[in-house]
Amino acid sequence: MKFEVDEFGYYGQFGGAFIPEMLYPNVEELRENYLNIIYTKSFQEDFHYLLKDYVGRPTPLYFASRLSERYNAKIYLKREDLCHTGAHKINNTIGQILLAKRLGKKKIIAETGAGQHGVATATVCALMGMECMVYMGKHDMERQRPNVERMRILGTKVIPALSGSMTLKDATNEAMRHWINNPTDTHYIIGSVVGPHPYPDIVARFQSVISEEIKKQLIEKEGNPFPDYVIACVGGGSNAAGAFYHYLNDEHVNLIGVEAAGKGIDSGDSAATTALGKPGVLHGSKTILMQTEDGQVVEPYSISAGLDYPGIGPMHAHLFDVGRVQFMSATDDEAMNAGIELSRTEGIIPAIETAHAVAMLGKMEFAKDDVVVINLSGRGDKDLETYIKWGKY
Amino acid sequence: MPLNKLFEAKKSNILSVYFTAGFPMLEDTIIIAKHLEDAGADIIEIGIPFSDPIADGPVIQESNNIALANGMTVKKLLAQVVEIRKEVSIPIILMGYINPVLQYGIERFCKEASTAGVNGLILPDMPMDEYQKTFRSLFDKHGLSNTFLISPTTSDARIKRIDDATTSFIYAVSSSSTTGAKSGFADEQLAYFAKLKAMNLKNPFLVGFGISNHQSFSKVCEYGAGAIVGSAFITILKNSKDLKTDIQLFVKSIVQ
Ligand SMILES: Cc1ncc(COP(=O)(O)O)c(C=O)c1O
Repeated sequence: MKFEVDEFGYYGQFGGAFIPEMLYPNVEELRENYLNIIYTKSFQEDFHYLLKDYVGRPTPLYFASRLSERYNAKIYLKREDLCHTGAHKINNTIGQILLAKRLGKKKIIAETGAGQHGVATATVCALMGMECMVYMGKHDMERQRPNVERMRILGTKVIPALSGSMTLKDATNEAMRHWINNPTDTHYIIGSVVGPHPYPDIVARFQSVISEEIKKQLIEKEGNPFPDYVIACVGGGSNAAGAFYHYLNDEHVNLIGVEAAGKGIDSGDSAATTALGKPGVLHGSKTILMQTEDGQVVEPYSISAGLDYPGIGPMHAHLFDVGRVQFMSATDDEAMNAGIELSRTEGIIPAIETAHAVAMLGKMEFAKDDVVVINLSGRGDKDLETYIKWGKY
Repeated sequence: MPLNKLFEAKKSNILSVYFTAGFPMLEDTIIIAKHLEDAGADIIEIGIPFSDPIADGPVIQESNNIALANGMTVKKLLAQVVEIRKEVSIPIILMGYINPVLQYGIERFCKEASTAGVNGLILPDMPMDEYQKTFRSLFDKHGLSNTFLISPTTSDARIKRIDDATTSFIYAVSSSSTTGAKSGFADEQLAYFAKLKAMNLKNPFLVGFGISNHQSFSKVCEYGAGAIVGSAFITILKNSKDLKTDIQLFVKSIVQ
């Protein structure tokens, strides 16, 4: 079985570059150059230097002893929440800003849902002295206010997306429109493994540092790089792609992607894409998409802004299709409870996106010696208002 | 009338008018098409509304949202085209994003569109490779022409490839922008039109995006076979209390 992208930009039947002609030269420029640029010695040196000294990598693989006792398994937490800016998103933005510089771009745009990708983009733009604009759904600006202000402090212009449900999908539409209108001097830093080829592959490669480190760290801790389970939440799927990447061909490692069920998969307020979606085209790629019979994209819902997206990356659509990754989901309530539980048992307040992955502990059966790695994609600082509003702690 | 017949008969000043199906009211598609033919438009381009039209500016976005809220679907649109064809003989093109077409079923869509009397399709987010691989044979089988977009940043080599893959006309987007964005042409746009003219492509080209009045229409007609008007017409429709009169006046004001 092959899990990498093929020469045409496809993962099985998913992927491709379904873009209007106005974006073709930009995307083609990236496609022609990304592998050559990324694998030069100087790029790798800059990338790893910044990941180490600026982001703080490698992030710890922490053995969660109290959680392990409770769930009767060996539970490890991959601490992406300890990255500079508080989530895995910066692994990708460091890579893409270096790519943008080498392509001679002067300005950066991005979309953001939870604001973590926006903050990570604003941060690398400040670091590199580049002008930055971030589109964010108006609804998300309200529920992730601290991140809006962080972006502004960093010198980024945050532009509200006012269409649709005013969340991540709509912010992505606006960012793409901006790119159509500014094709030559601007690089669009997409925040997840979505978008036209080669974006999903670019983002997956930059995030793959997560599983690269897990392998090394597990050898140290368990004498063996292979866990029994890797669990990660899936919005577009970048933290999951990073956590799964170097295990894709090790088929004895069970990979679990966790989507947001919102108020319940069948409630009409959900973002559980694999449960509710069908193959379709959005934001430049063919993937699994929540849509009506008539091919109109359905407005998703989740308490978590970062998972509130009607699609998943094409790589995940393929991994779901061929059964390599098992997809599960957590409701708002399950995720919030898991967030509180992790706070109380390990002293770690997770992002609400991340809490969806943690919630699987209560929904799965483990054998006593099972090694379980949960990718702790982000910290909960940005979500305090949501935790407070939820109130049950 | 097939598109090729039109382009044989008329070499310049062709006016193609775009509007969104099901806007401002669900059933308006039919009367708007009829009034457009009566007013002297050469081609009717009917937009299939989509929830996420990333190549469109605010005016067409809004018309898409209203059309969807009115209950417009691909199925209803095809039924409306059947009605339109009872009275309208100029070429009809359907333009839309690929996802609704894929969900309808590409083969079923081509077959029913052709039967209804559609002459051509414009699917701006359909990649050329995909067209050659899977779509082209179906388009050909059902006698539907396909039109690709080109933009000022499209390379000459790619323009030639697009020209080779085209069977009716090329849609030359006037600037690097979403629909409706700009008015007036900068020197580099005129240079781009002049380049296209000098390339002697085998297909005629129509210029679209930012054409809103007689001045911009006649300017681009110095270079190409004609122009496509969209957002400016949608704005007229949105504010119209008398579609027939307003459409007459609008078309007259463009071609004069
Ligand atoms: C902490 C955290 N985890 C996960 C996600 C979801 O994104 P992805 O699925 O690309 O990892 C986000 C997105 O904002 C996030 O902030």
